[in-house]
Amino acid sequence: MLGGALKISKHKSLDSPGAKIATKDLKANFGKMQVLKGITLRFPENKVTAIMGPSGCGKTTLIRCLNRIHELTPNAKVEGEVLLDGVNIYSPQVDPVAIRRRIGMVFQKANPFPTMSIFDNAVAGLKLAGVRNSETLNSMAEKSLRMAFLWDEVKDDLKKSGTNLSGGQQQRLCIARALAVEPEVILMDEPCSALDPIATAKIEESIVALKKEFTIIIVTHNMQQAARVSDFTAFMYLGQLIEFDTTSEVFENPKSELTEKYITGKFG
Amino acid sequence: MTKANLPARISLWRKIVDKLMTILVLIAVVLAIVPLILILGDVFMKGAPALSIGFLTNVPTAQNISGGGIGPAIQGSFIMVGLGALISVPIGVGAGIFFSEWSTSKLSTISGFMNDVLTGFPTMVLGLFVFILIVLTTKEYSAFAGGVALSLIMTPIIARTTSESLKLVPTSLREASMALGIPRWKTVLRIVLSTGKNGLLTGVLLAVARAMGETAPLLFTAATSVIFAKSLFLPTASLTIYIYNYAISGAPSLVTQAWGAALLLILVLLALNLLVKLTIGRNSSKARMEM
Repeated sequence: MLGGALKISKHKSLDSPGAKIATKDLKANFGKMQVLKGITLRFPENKVTAIMGPSGCGKTTLIRCLNRIHELTPNAKVEGEVLLDGVNIYSPQVDPVAIRRRIGMVFQKANPFPTMSIFDNAVAGLKLAGVRNSETLNSMAEKSLRMAFLWDEVKDDLKKSGTNLSGGQQQRLCIARALAVEPEVILMDEPCSALDPIATAKIEESIVALKKEFTIIIVTHNMQQAARVSDFTAFMYLGQLIEFDTTSEVFENPKSELTEKYITGKFG
Repeated sequence: MTKANLPARISLWRKIVDKLMTILVLIAVVLAIVPLILILGDVFMKGAPALSIGFLTNVPTAQNISGGGIGPAIQGSFIMVGLGALISVPIGVGAGIFFSEWSTSKLSTISGFMNDVLTGFPTMVLGLFVFILIVLTTKEYSAFAGGVALSLIMTPIIARTTSESLKLVPTSLREASMALGIPRWKTVLRIVLSTGKNGLLTGVLLAVARAMGETAPLLFTAATSVIFAKSLFLPTASLTIYIYNYAISGAPSLVTQAWGAALLLILVLLALNLLVKLTIGRNSSKARMEM
């Protein structure tokens, strides 16, 4: 059934240079279970790419391979290449810690550090890297909280605990925390799945604004969200890439039968 | 059969069983607490008459001379428990971090098991071990040997409680830190440890409380003394050994002093408990919300 569907519809950006981050035959497994079966994909720079697919298709594992978080789980293995600006981040000379400063991540459930204030959370990545200059810290905190559309709501309460915020605010704080280390790519794993529509709208607004400076890859279960915020969409199924194209093409003109079935809700 | 149709006899029976169970459970609580209350009451009544400034600061005197005190014992207990903590806290916390953060390694499983065996080890045996290791080689009883013996009791407790507290820190926090490009050792020391610090503090308190009440390990390591300690390498007094010696002496004035020492010990433990509860309270997220 999957034979015909495996033909990946190629958008011209896959051939042209300017893909900020790309994978080459990426495979990943947990012990004996193979979750990614060979993904080759290029994520265009300064654009938002959505990764969609039913539960278990491997989309979360894929982005966790992009910032080398997947390998932190016991028994987890990765094969293949991930190229950041053309350089394979899995080659032995590359320091994973340095990679994670260039590729940031926002998790599905907001996870601000409970022992830190809002301010300390926002600049945690800097403080823990040894930055002491209070002017730098203050300006970075304000800059990243503004970019996450959270500054106005917290600017008078920066010393209050980070966990004292609503779910949507906590997630925006996590976005600010990721932004403060000035990454080049931002990975988002279903960032709005636990949030109400108003909080979701605020975050989607910030995503669209952020792509001017960053390359954003967002895993989402919500097709309407993908249609709202993303420029490109990749559709995955059971560990394989089925289709990749501009969002409008994928939704209006899907080349694969599987994609069409998913979009029209025949399975989820 | 709907609720309304249930015969009145069954619902009455259920009510009786319910009441009976509640009473049984209450009796269990009372049976558990009453001995503690009786002991506390007894110690308080028998020990309070002995308490005085002189009692707390003077050296012991012969049994029929008044004005004797347990000053050296108080000093000695604090010195040796302090020494024990100095040794056991770094080692115990370090081991606890290893058990928690490298929990999948075989070394972790094996040493974790050995640690738990040590937690329940007969303290007399630990005392004899230190007797052979330190007292026989240095040819003297000492506060140092006593402190080492206490650390053998404290370290496994701190290791286990540290490991359990750190395991409670959610994995998502470690991942959040690593995803910011923070290396693993910094993640453990700055994020994991600080998130679990309340549990750590409680564990250290438990170990200190346990050590303050130990007698057997001090018998052959610190022995006892009737003067204030001037060096860590001489025989040293302790509250528990004094209580032991005075209680079996039979002399009424000394027995009263034994009760006084016991009361003091309990008061010190109570104060320690309160101190930790207050510190944890101030650090908790609830308190920080009001800051």
